[in-house]
Amino acid sequence: MAVATSYDHEQPIPGDSAAAGYDPNYVPDSVKSFVVHMYRHIREKNVYEIHQMYETSFQSISDRFFKDAPWPSVDSVAPYVDNDHVFCLLYREMWFRHLYARLSPTLKQRIDSWDNYCNLFQVVLHGVVNMQLPNQWLWDMVDEFVYQFQSFCQYRAKMKNKTEQEIALLRQFDQAWNVYGVLNFLQALVEKSTIIQILEQEKEGLEQFTATDGYDYSGGSNVLKVLGYFSMIGLLRVHCLLGDYHTGLKCLLPIDISQQGVYTSVIGSHITTIYHYGFANLMLRRYSEAIREFNKILLYIFKTKQFHQKSPQYEQILKKNEQMYALLAISLSLCPQVQLVEETVNLQLREKYGEKMMRMQRYDEEAFALYDELFSYACPKFITPSAPSYEEPLVNYNQDAYRLQLKLFLYEVKQQQLLSGVRTFLKVYSTISIGKLSTYMEVDEPTLRTILMTYKHKTHAVDSDGKITSNADIDFYIDDDMIHVVESKPAKRYGDYFMRQIVKLEGIMTDIDRIKLEDDSRVEILISHGIRSKREGGENHRGAGIQAGMSGIQDCQGRG
Amino acid sequence: MSYTVEQLVSVNPYNPDILPDLENYVNEQVSSQTYSLNANLCLLRLYQFEPERMSTQIVARILIKALMAMPAPDFGLCLFLIPERVTARFSQFWDEAAKSHHILDVIPGFEQAIQAYAVHVLSLTYQKIPRSILAESINIEGLSLDKFIEHHVANSGWATEKNQNKGQFIIFPRNEFNHPELKKSTADGIRLEHITRILPILG
Repeated sequence: MAVATSYDHEQPIPGDSAAAGYDPNYVPDSVKSFVVHMYRHIREKNVYEIHQMYETSFQSISDRFFKDAPWPSVDSVAPYVDNDHVFCLLYREMWFRHLYARLSPTLKQRIDSWDNYCNLFQVVLHGVVNMQLPNQWLWDMVDEFVYQFQSFCQYRAKMKNKTEQEIALLRQFDQAWNVYGVLNFLQALVEKSTIIQILEQEKEGLEQFTATDGYDYSGGSNVLKVLGYFSMIGLLRVHCLLGDYHTGLKCLLPIDISQQGVYTSVIGSHITTIYHYGFANLMLRRYSEAIREFNKILLYIFKTKQFHQKSPQYEQILKKNEQMYALLAISLSLCPQVQLVEETVNLQLREKYGEKMMRMQRYDEEAFALYDELFSYACPKFITPSAPSYEEPLVNYNQDAYRLQLKLFLYEVKQQQLLSGVRTFLKVYSTISIGKLSTYMEVDEPTLRTILMTYKHKTHAVDSDGKITSNADIDFYIDDDMIHVVESKPAKRYGDYFMRQIVKLEGIMTDIDRIKLEDDSRVEILISHGIRSKREGGENHRGAGIQAGMSGIQDCQGRG
Repeated sequence: MSYTVEQLVSVNPYNPDILPDLENYVNEQVSSQTYSLNANLCLLRLYQFEPERMSTQIVARILIKALMAMPAPDFGLCLFLIPERVTARFSQFWDEAAKSHHILDVIPGFEQAIQAYAVHVLSLTYQKIPRSILAESINIEGLSLDKFIEHHVANSGWATEKNQNKGQFIIFPRNEFNHPELKKSTADGIRLEHITRILPILG
């Protein structure tokens, strides 16, 4: 591989004045020590130490020395790691990832990064890799590979402000981030790793993969296998970016998402999987499936997010969390199956979108605009994969793919709105004759029959295995001329609610018991101390605290 | 060619070289009244990657075949992959199709497919339907309708009923959509692991 890094001098890094003082050949001691240790841990297959350095040291050195400048060039660190070819590829992978995260890459850098992925994946695919890398790192590789592809497509599609030099480069390196290349790398990793067969055999107890989190404890390498595994999720994501939801879901099939798996061993992979799975199902009108999976992952994030506060992925976790609440709000507005949502998630949802969801129920222009807003906020960054036309005039087409998906989605919403008239009437009758309803709706009988059939068509989705599921909150059937309405009232989750209250009450009683047992004077000290510390915050919470406690107790007694 | 097209697609899902095979396969599906969503999606994908190779006529045929697969969502799946400037050109085509029986001639099995779809929605909607309404929905009358009904009585569990004033009725087989009482009750169950949370308190 030609390790010569030509990006250093050819193009200035835009919007970054600090980079002017950046010397790509200067290697601070901490970087020296970082690469030397990392290299040693990799050779010794010390996954724990590699993971520590990867997650923690890399971040802290970046924060200290490379906040707004790239890491030292690979050439300058290569002498410290025996010029090891594979290590240098890994180093550059991180080098570019850091650059993408903190600066904006130039076209030349994008192309070089593509080149580096090609070299890295070639090495992995041709089986000369004998390493054991942390799942987090392997996931990040696949994730970043797809992200840089998406980013390249967005960048390329903004043709209007391209310089002549950029256009010449785009033409010259037309294979860089080519969609066939991207898909075929992911596909090759899946195939070469035989991960699908491994997962199949694991079901019969012939193979261990999930139980060891994909690691190989018998001296082999986990790299190809786990990259192959994560590539299935990468394929799901790429297909969603292209609007090919059916194929995306097919790529994910070998992974059983009803269970824990290697995909849940890395939070980023867990979230990416479910976000795209849920989104694809939403677009395919399988709303209840989307709701079910969003509910599970949102509950999981709610319970575990505190453990990720220091992780470099934390911001991303929060963002996807918010987006999935928006998608859940959409799904529930189109398919009011609240009983599928757990109490905690439901509370969060009401807090964030309760008011908007009320308005989305109204089936008017404003509701329509809200669907647009939520969809645009929460959808993936759709891409147009084909190369641009270099003919003048140059046009931007970076919004085309997004607009098409938005339009088709809103078309679906609009169709649901058309049925709102009939829905309003069905809501207030338990039985009504076709004749009477057609008079009320001011249409003739054949038209009404057609509307009713359309309603049935729109509210009943067909699964991939041919199973019919109803999304309707108001359903009906017709016997000759009589419409019988069935309102499927979502069963309230009293069980869940009571369990929660029982646990809460027990907590309060324990607290009260403890206070009773305490010596009076000590209670005095405790209380006054509590007040003082709160007063320092500028407010007197004493009354409020007691009131809250009281109403908590009343709440339990009243409803219990 | 030693491989079937289905095999080609599963081995080369992202290979531009198979585009001509896939186009021929669309025409073959039309003439032989067969259907492969996977092959057709694969072709639409290749068109999406290389729009300059797209054939509008082939896209139209794929869309019609997808319509015939209703109630499966295939038609929508295809639309997600076709750029707007292409679908916009079809409006003229649909207008034509509505006026003449153009589609029915070009695509064998179209009418039957749409009838099957109509029957699917009817059986979700009605318990009992007057013969005249059924006739309208599937566009068959007289003797052919008798035959159609007979066939479904024998094969799909339909029944008929004579009413003195109102003529013949067709009774569809019971399913949970036209007989909601058949729906599995979604009683409020509590999972065991949730109960275990409060066991120490109850104890």
